Amino acid sequence: MKFIDEFRDGKLARGLAVAIRQSARDDRDYHFMEFCGGHTHAISRYGVSDLLPANVRMIHGPGCPVCVLPIGRIDMAIRLARDAGVILCSYGDTLRVPASGGLSLLKAKAGLGSRSASHGEHHGDIRMVYSAADALAVAQQNPDREVVFFAIGFETTTPPTAVVIKRAQALGLRNFSVLCCHVLTPSAIASILESPEVRQWGSVPLDGFIGPAHVSTIIGSRPYEFFAEEYRKPVVIAGFEPLDVMQAILMLLRQVNDGRALVENEFSRAVTRDGNRKAQQLVAEVFELRRSFAWRGLGELPYSALRIRKSFADFDAERRFAIGYQAVADHLACECGAILRGVKRPQECRIFGSVCTPENPVGSCMVSSEGACAAHYSFGRFADAAAVQ
Amino acid sequence: MSGARKGYVRPLDLRQGRVDMTHGGGGRAMAQLIEELFARRLGNAYLGQGNDAAVLPMPPGRLVMSTDAHVVSPLFFPGGDIGCLAVHGTINDVAVMGARPLYLAASFILEEGFPLGDLARIVESMARAASAAGVLVVTGDTKVVEQGKGDGVYITTTGVGVVVDGEDYAGDRARPGDRIIVSGSIGEHGMAIMAQRESIGFAAAIVSDTAALHGLVAAMRASGAAIRALRDPTRGGVATTLNEIARQSGVGMMLQESALPVQAEVAAACEFLGLDPLYVANEGKLLAIVAPEDCAALLAAMQAHPLGQRAAVIGSVHPDPQHFVQMTTAFGGRRIVDWLTGEQLPRIC
Repeated sequence: MKFIDEFRDGKLARGLAVAIRQSARDDRDYHFMEFCGGHTHAISRYGVSDLLPANVRMIHGPGCPVCVLPIGRIDMAIRLARDAGVILCSYGDTLRVPASGGLSLLKAKAGLGSRSASHGEHHGDIRMVYSAADALAVAQQNPDREVVFFAIGFETTTPPTAVVIKRAQALGLRNFSVLCCHVLTPSAIASILESPEVRQWGSVPLDGFIGPAHVSTIIGSRPYEFFAEEYRKPVVIAGFEPLDVMQAILMLLRQVNDGRALVENEFSRAVTRDGNRKAQQLVAEVFELRRSFAWRGLGELPYSALRIRKSFADFDAERRFAIGYQAVADHLACECGAILRGVKRPQECRIFGSVCTPENPVGSCMVSSEGACAAHYSFGRFADAAAVQ
Repeated sequence: MSGARKGYVRPLDLRQGRVDMTHGGGGRAMAQLIEELFARRLGNAYLGQGNDAAVLPMPPGRLVMSTDAHVVSPLFFPGGDIGCLAVHGTINDVAVMGARPLYLAASFILEEGFPLGDLARIVESMARAASAAGVLVVTGDTKVVEQGKGDGVYITTTGVGVVVDGEDYAGDRARPGDRIIVSGSIGEHGMAIMAQRESIGFAAAIVSDTAALHGLVAAMRASGAAIRALRDPTRGGVATTLNEIARQSGVGMMLQESALPVQAEVAAACEFLGLDPLYVANEGKLLAIVAPEDCAALLAAMQAHPLGQRAAVIGSVHPDPQHFVQMTTAFGGRRIVDWLTGEQLPRIC
């Protein structure tokens, strides 16, 4: 098939695998973090790790939008649906993320945790949408109901949210608002690089990053230059196809071997240095930086997320319904925090695959197919079994 | 003037008419609906008995029975509709037990306001599918629910067939060394529905594979191959069905991604929606587990049948205490093909 199979070609993969084996020096290990969940998914789904030599290791990063959403944010969405009686529109992955009190949006939708026990009353009206535009359409179809779009994600999903907010304003919609939980990639990378595990203790050896694919189409490659210079870590921006990942690993190996720390762009078919200026302007028009935002695993990070500007206050669900964020501690045994920082691997979590499975996720990393735990559970856990035997 | 005037009953209006609550009320309106809409299209001697249940002759062999509720949305889709789907779905469940399907019971839940013309189209489609499959609809039921309490029409069919003694296909009979065959390209039914629901233009060419498989099964049995298990991979797709068999049989499986038959349009639509064809529903395909020495003969027999032309060997059975279904990717790596988590596509059949 055009433009799909070409990037998954087994023959090219074998060629790259040979080049990687030849480039990797025997006397050292290489540790690369793939930032994005999209890369994590590709590595697991296509078995990329099976093609790498033992001394080239991939560390899963925090770039999975639903994984970094803290419990308190899901709670806000549930409160809106259940207590404020709104129609809450959400992307599918977010529905299964565990919230407080054993709830999730999916369980709230089925009526769990609502005050009335009888069937058919006081259910959270929670609907899955494929896009922000779908949520806007729901608002137009239900003029007598309040409709809230639960907007999550990194820079890739932010421009579409900006578009619907502007569109809602232009249409004069009075029943549509957005619960904005959009976060910023560079903040997460900085947090990883500043963490004591990387900086002081060296318990997370990190020789370079595979940089985001889709996020970079929006923000460009320029924002990563600071990390390459300041922290002396090479960054190779790569697409989400398995050959992209293999090629990026080879490029990272060569940089490390040469002692270079540059931003290189493997995904040049879609990413430029400046990114999508139009999208950036749109985002800047509608959103502003939050002073601080709580991330799952990474904690409170200053200026790491966006909120809706005052000029669009009518469309800001936080203002409209006067709901605030309340921090909730993660499950005690859940290692999602450490896994998101690259400190632990999924299989090192005590409850991985036993208490915590994709059917009954305890932590967010077991929810989305981009989450490190879900990817390892769904595609890669045969390797653990082999290790046991 | 004669006192006995022939009563005139205005026939059902199949153009403008709609289902109303009286059609499920048990009175004349219901009798008329059954007579004019159902019996006229599905009619046969058993249905015509008009009793509370059909009395049927006892065929030799063992009875095989299965039931399936159909709630697909949209009701009409490229390649079929809920009517023929309700016939094929149940026939196939009976057929993959090695049985010859004989009779169907059909139960309809209609929503108030549903156009009678659409209902007639659906029942005609059922009649065509049943007649083509040589199966009789021998009994039925109709209920009507208020507007908003249903989604047009739901159809539950129950099928009865017979299997000869000595013929035992079961999910627990896969053994290490056995081969896994799929009867054709996968994922077409689910993607036909999804393409229509999401209005994906380029996927308009995808047509549901809904079909009755008992003819193919008969051809496979006639080949004399040692078939261990047959199953039709409907909801949850090939991945889920193989996991069921692996668990039932206490074995592992290894698939070859490059051997999986997938139409280019289906692959593209799956890619577009972030779906995996291995998990997408089929309604006219089956999976066969066969002894390795009989694999070639069975494959040839399948490929000689119109519904098995693209049949392919996609993997083999291995000992594995974890009962994993794994796959060698076309990329050159290995991965698990796990049970479906959650719901990939709702209301698919």
